[in-house]
Amino acid sequence: MELVTPSIGLVFWTLISFLILLFLLKRLAWKPVLSAIHERERSIEDALNKADLAREEMARLTNQNEALLKEARAERDQILKEAKELKDAIVAEAKNQAQVEGAKLIEKAKIEINNQKVAALDEVKNQVASLSLEIAEKVLRKQFDDKQKQDALVSDLLKDVKLN
Amino acid sequence: MYFSPILNFKNSSLKAVIAVFITFLSFNSYAKQENEVIQNEVKEENATAGHEEKFDPTVTILEHIGDSHSWHLWGHTSIPLPVILWTPQGLDIFSSAHLLNEHHEPIAFTSKYTYLNEDEHIKVLDANGKVDEATSKEIYDFSITKNVAALFISVTILLIIFGSVASSYKSRIGKAPKGLQSWIEPIIIFIRDDIARPNIGFKFERFMPLLLTVFFFIWINNLLGLIPIFPGGANVTGNIAVTMVLAFVILIMVNVNGNKYYWRHIFKPDVPFWLLPIMWIVEIIGIFSKPFALMVRLFANITAGHIIVLSLISLIFIFKTAWMSFASVPFVIFMDVLELLVAFLQAFIFTMLAALFIGMAVEDHHH
Repeated sequence: MELVTPSIGLVFWTLISFLILLFLLKRLAWKPVLSAIHERERSIEDALNKADLAREEMARLTNQNEALLKEARAERDQILKEAKELKDAIVAEAKNQAQVEGAKLIEKAKIEINNQKVAALDEVKNQVASLSLEIAEKVLRKQFDDKQKQDALVSDLLKDVKLN
Repeated sequence: MYFSPILNFKNSSLKAVIAVFITFLSFNSYAKQENEVIQNEVKEENATAGHEEKFDPTVTILEHIGDSHSWHLWGHTSIPLPVILWTPQGLDIFSSAHLLNEHHEPIAFTSKYTYLNEDEHIKVLDANGKVDEATSKEIYDFSITKNVAALFISVTILLIIFGSVASSYKSRIGKAPKGLQSWIEPIIIFIRDDIARPNIGFKFERFMPLLLTVFFFIWINNLLGLIPIFPGGANVTGNIAVTMVLAFVILIMVNVNGNKYYWRHIFKPDVPFWLLPIMWIVEIIGIFSKPFALMVRLFANITAGHIIVLSLISLIFIFKTAWMSFASVPFVIFMDVLELLVAFLQAFIFTMLAALFIGMAVEDHHH
């Protein structure tokens, strides 16, 4: 029975010291501690949320970058292609022009050559004609030195005329 | 206190072995002041027969788990504590040293009355040296007993621990816990997230200071009770007065915070009207039986643990052979380890059930 009979003194002192302890700890410890823990938990949660947001932002930026990069690459390809086409066109045109020009030159040259040839031939013909005349004159002069031969020729010519 | 049962052993090596056990197992006070009757018997026996004293484990154990007016340290050394008596002639305060002679036997001391410490109850002696029961009943004992002193020590320890923890929280705002702080914080969070929040619901914040104080108060006192030497050794949470106060605080807290649903459940439960009177009786008994269960559970668990440990130690003296310690000591070590678990477990269960009762009182019902 002794064991389960509470003594008034101990009840009194326990009550007093427990209530004082409760009061002091509540003021001194629990309020700051609980609010500090709460505060820290909230800040950790905030930080985690922010980290998530940052990660999303990062992913978005990366995607954007990639898209931009892709676009840029496509643009570059486009530009290169265009440049190549342009180059090809220029080269082709130049070739054409060169050909045309060449053909023209050749044509001109041909005409010139012809002209020169004709002129040369004319000159040769003239030369040949005058030379022939000179030769014929000289031959005739020699032939008709004697009177008989002149008469013979004249009679030949006359014979021809009669025939006509 | 008397080590006489030990000191009377003839075999000095036996004494040495026991001394070692006393040092390690620390129930240094086993052979503590035996009550007068036993002492007288022992003396008579010693005087007449001269053989070894009879060892009564019941008396020894009950002394160890009970309260006392002075704090025994070793041999004939004990810390005297103030005796405070509320008598019909006003307060009477004196040192408990006056109630013991140099052999630690109780003696009469005359202040406003003549007092005698009879089995840790202060009694008034009349002129003939007989106990005056009528006057003794009018005296209320508010002494700073061993348990009260231990209570003050544990309150101081709690204030020091949590004062320093709180200051480190203030100086390390938003930083990770460090040192003592990181040891305490998981427990605080455990109480908040596993005891308060699930049992009380969203109103738990208001009850956190009470639950935390109850938990750490019980736990620290349980642990100090396991330490056999000063400043531990007092069986504070194994004393019905202490657990009664704790249960009373919970009783008040539950009923002061009870909402209309709580009171309606008690006075207007959903039963046929003719059952109401019976229900009132049952429910009102229920109001008191819940904290009563808290009181008895903590008291019985801690006391039982101490009794088992002391019984195992007593076996050595009952069999009067040091060889018994080869059986007793491993069991005592096992029990001490188990008591460490029980110290935490009982603090947890008390807090848990307190939170549950508070939760039942503040719960909102939506019919």
